[in-house]
Amino acid sequence: MTEPVVPRDVAAWLAAAVADAERRKLPEMKALLENLSHATAALRAADWNEGPAPAGRTSGDVAN
Amino acid sequence: MNITDVAAEIAGRKKSVTRIVHDTLDRIERANARINAYITVLGEEALADARRLDEELAGGTYRGPLHGIPISVKDLIDVQGAPTTAASRVRSGHLAGRDAGVVSRLRAAGAVIVGKTNLHEFAYGTTSDESAYGAVRNPVAPDRSAGGSSGGSAAAIAEELCAGSVGTDTGGSIRIPSAACGVVGLKPTLGEVPTDGVVPLSQTLDHVGPMAADVAGAWLLYHAMVAAPVAVLDGRRVPSLSSLSFGVPRRYFLDLLDDEVRATFEDVMGRLRDRGVAVRDVDVPHAALASTVYLHLQLPESSCYHAASLESRPDLYAPSIRLRLEMGRYVLAEDYVRALRGREILRDEVDRALNGVDVLALPALAIPAPLLGQGAVTIEGRDVPVRAVMLRLTQLFNVTGHPAISLPCGVTSGRLPVGLQLVGRRDATSDVLLTAAAVEGTSRLPASGSWLPHRRQE
Repeated sequence: MTEPVVPRDVAAWLAAAVADAERRKLPEMKALLENLSHATAALRAADWNEGPAPAGRTSGDVAN
Repeated sequence: MNITDVAAEIAGRKKSVTRIVHDTLDRIERANARINAYITVLGEEALADARRLDEELAGGTYRGPLHGIPISVKDLIDVQGAPTTAASRVRSGHLAGRDAGVVSRLRAAGAVIVGKTNLHEFAYGTTSDESAYGAVRNPVAPDRSAGGSSGGSAAAIAEELCAGSVGTDTGGSIRIPSAACGVVGLKPTLGEVPTDGVVPLSQTLDHVGPMAADVAGAWLLYHAMVAAPVAVLDGRRVPSLSSLSFGVPRRYFLDLLDDEVRATFEDVMGRLRDRGVAVRDVDVPHAALASTVYLHLQLPESSCYHAASLESRPDLYAPSIRLRLEMGRYVLAEDYVRALRGREILRDEVDRALNGVDVLALPALAIPAPLLGQGAVTIEGRDVPVRAVMLRLTQLFNVTGHPAISLPCGVTSGRLPVGLQLVGRRDATSDVLLTAAAVEGTSRLPASGSWLPHRRQE
């Protein structure tokens, strides 16, 4: 399986985002991105993500 | 300057519109250098409009209680022929070709636009001290923030440099400065007031609404903004306190409050209870996730709007604004969708919290106005970022779209205003205003504006 361009694992996403910001000469973004990563982890852990997929879709459906 | 009184003077021909607008422009001339509330003053245009409205009156045409009322417009909103700077160098050279929808409606009701008010750059902050046109100063304490992002609007009302203003509110930007400056600010139900001609911060969360010296003023402006008939608030429609019930969402919302804000809020609740309001605790189970949901909606939506200028003119943004805009580019689409789902959950939870009560009651701002440039405050032994704590009590209702108002309810020992927030059912904004009118008379406030330092010396 091919790695996505932007990793969805929060730690890997943060590392990629910080590296990209540094490449773009925006190292000040590191602290902001770290804060955002905490918020993203909390969002993904929210219990509403455990609910059923919307009607007509299944968890196996991918982009169509 | 309260709109109802000015309207009575105009309707009773005690003062001409031209005199009222002229006096307002004089006050702006004298005070604006001190508080920096206005970016652009539309003196000639306002006087021309005032003369036209006086001619209408002489000809027997009276448009209603907003006829000739001098108001300001946050400089994020288009006024034909004037620049919309958004307090940013990025917008240099802009000139609005037409009025925003909300401005057209206010003009149709007879309002006179006297100027464009200062704000936090692109409405992307809560303190109005990051502006290409300099920081707004709080009229109550000039070393302190006026709140934001509609800080210039709130400061102008408190200083009587206009009778009312049009603000925008994406996470609290009407209610926060209203609380910080001791004026009234209403965020209507999501979508009620048109946002065309308004520079967006977040298409999902942006609201446009009125700010005024009192609830009756906000009532008049709100009805003009939604293109409803504009009539002076009829006291017979204001409910008795003993007929009202309030829900206090203690968990999360009252967990992190400045001691004096807490004491003022509890004092107001106690007095309302004494006067017959039924007060009970309610809960919004996922309230602690409101800021998380908010971030994952607002960040990418803001970045989307600014994408082209972030590429072509990044150095024209204030550095901190640019960084926040850049951050939105890293939010994954799947997390944006999770946040949209969270928004539905939170909206249902606020709906349920309102079951059996007329409004939710909580402070509008967890701290008194912070010092200009202050990055963090200590509350209950914890150092917390000013921006996060200022948004803490308001942003949920941008996520859910419920109408919410901030009205002054007291002052701290340092005479800094404290705002009471009332939140009502979606599409029942008028009911929130009526409830606020019932509450307004019960607060232990000095006479309107009398806490301003230069007034105390008069």
